[in-house]
Amino acid sequence: MIMKIAQFILILMVSPFLFGVINRTKAFFAGRKGAPLFQLYYDIAKLLRKSAVYSASTTWVFIAGPIVSLSAIIVASLIIPFAGCSSIISFEGDLVLFFYLLGLARFFTCLAALDTGSSFEGMGASREVQFAVFAEPALFMNLAALAQLTGKSSLTEIFSSSQIHYWASYGPLLFLALFALFIVFLAENSRIPVDDPNTHLELTMVHEVMVLDHGGVDFAYILYGAAIKFWILGSLLTGIIFKGSSYGWGVDTIIFILLMVLLAVVVGVVESTMSRLRLLKVPHYLLVALSLSLIAFIISLR
Amino acid sequence: MNIYADFLIIFILLINLIILSSSRIRVCIKLMAVQGVLVALTPFIIPHSVATEVVIASVLNIILKGMVFPWLLFRVLQDVNIRREVEPVGGYPFSLLLGVAFFVMSFWLDSYLVYSRSVFSNLAVPVAFSTFLTGVFIIVSRMKALTQIIGYLILENGIYFFGSILLGEQSLLVELAILLDVFVAVFVMGIAIFHINREFDHIDTHKLSELKDYVNPQEDV
Repeated sequence: MIMKIAQFILILMVSPFLFGVINRTKAFFAGRKGAPLFQLYYDIAKLLRKSAVYSASTTWVFIAGPIVSLSAIIVASLIIPFAGCSSIISFEGDLVLFFYLLGLARFFTCLAALDTGSSFEGMGASREVQFAVFAEPALFMNLAALAQLTGKSSLTEIFSSSQIHYWASYGPLLFLALFALFIVFLAENSRIPVDDPNTHLELTMVHEVMVLDHGGVDFAYILYGAAIKFWILGSLLTGIIFKGSSYGWGVDTIIFILLMVLLAVVVGVVESTMSRLRLLKVPHYLLVALSLSLIAFIISLR
Repeated sequence: MNIYADFLIIFILLINLIILSSSRIRVCIKLMAVQGVLVALTPFIIPHSVATEVVIASVLNIILKGMVFPWLLFRVLQDVNIRREVEPVGGYPFSLLLGVAFFVMSFWLDSYLVYSRSVFSNLAVPVAFSTFLTGVFIIVSRMKALTQIIGYLILENGIYFFGSILLGEQSLLVELAILLDVFVAVFVMGIAIFHINREFDHIDTHKLSELKDYVNPQEDV
């Protein structure tokens, strides 16, 4: 139990670091020096010291938005297995709870954006929900394929079962699942082919526009929530690649964190080498992930 | 289960999906060629002895589908000076989902079939079926005559794949005859497209159906 709690605290501590790695990778490709690796920690610390400003047109929903979404994401991180070990909360069918927690976080972010009454933020919320319509079934189908393959319905059991690491006979299925998961992972974390985290142009923002009116502590919650969401969705990817070695808990944890850093580097490379898709093309891009997940699911039925 | 065979089969399936969802004709031609080469390689991953005839057929297939057809189609593409397919019936996302639906349907069909000899992978026959269906759908839904040739060649890929996984040893004579037919067909279609384009400035097939005998308006009094 102590190990599980230690893992949970590690997730809370390490996840903002990955954003620093992404920014460093992008800076390397652009020939810049780049922000410090711990920049997000400084940002969050700075924002936590400030107080939030609330517009007169907003209601309690606007205040509740960041709090609910951050807490939903933290609870979701309790369900996610870490380095092949079991998670703190684990029961039959917890992957459905996992999805709905992420859905709840998104719902409240959108609701808070709509609550501001700004047509601009409403546009962002509408785009976010439109993309979610395609991203969520893809993610659901993907984990359904893995659940069908392993015959288990809890995330811990899925990721600790032997089938999911048995590339010699389930290679094609795992390859498809991994690829589709990566596509959804980029979309869900508002990374580049779908959304540009650096953009501040009115017409192109998706996630950024929804959180424009949040300030101070609320914005710190949102940044932190995004970092943890990056970690938990990323650990689904690394969970398929890495099954846990026999060298004990400490080594496993270090390897797992290194894999997450590697994933952040990959995301940075993707962001530096790819351009953003046109907004109209994004549903098509997410449908690719859905189709690959569907094929993986059909193969897993065999 | 043979892991390399499975990966090869999945790549053939993925190429179908990419061709279904891509509007660039150049990409489609390249992928069609890659698929032709992959399909021609299947006899070598099946765990049974490879006869000389099979090797000859595969080599001919690789030369024709991997080099000659792409070269011919690229030349036609250059002559007719188009780069993209116009939006097909239902749009590209619909085509992509239909590609997945074809795969599901092929699995369902496959479950009713009884094979005389064991198939090396349970994915092979469904992928062969979905390759046929993809080829047929491309012929039906795309507007440009050039993309329809690609659909025809994908259909041929599917048939060759089906033959090579189920028959094991094919008659070289039949195989060569089919290849010659395909070669002549593509050659003639390429020339026909070139001439149609020069005469009418486009190769949209839905406009071609309105062609009729030329009536001189002066005589038609």
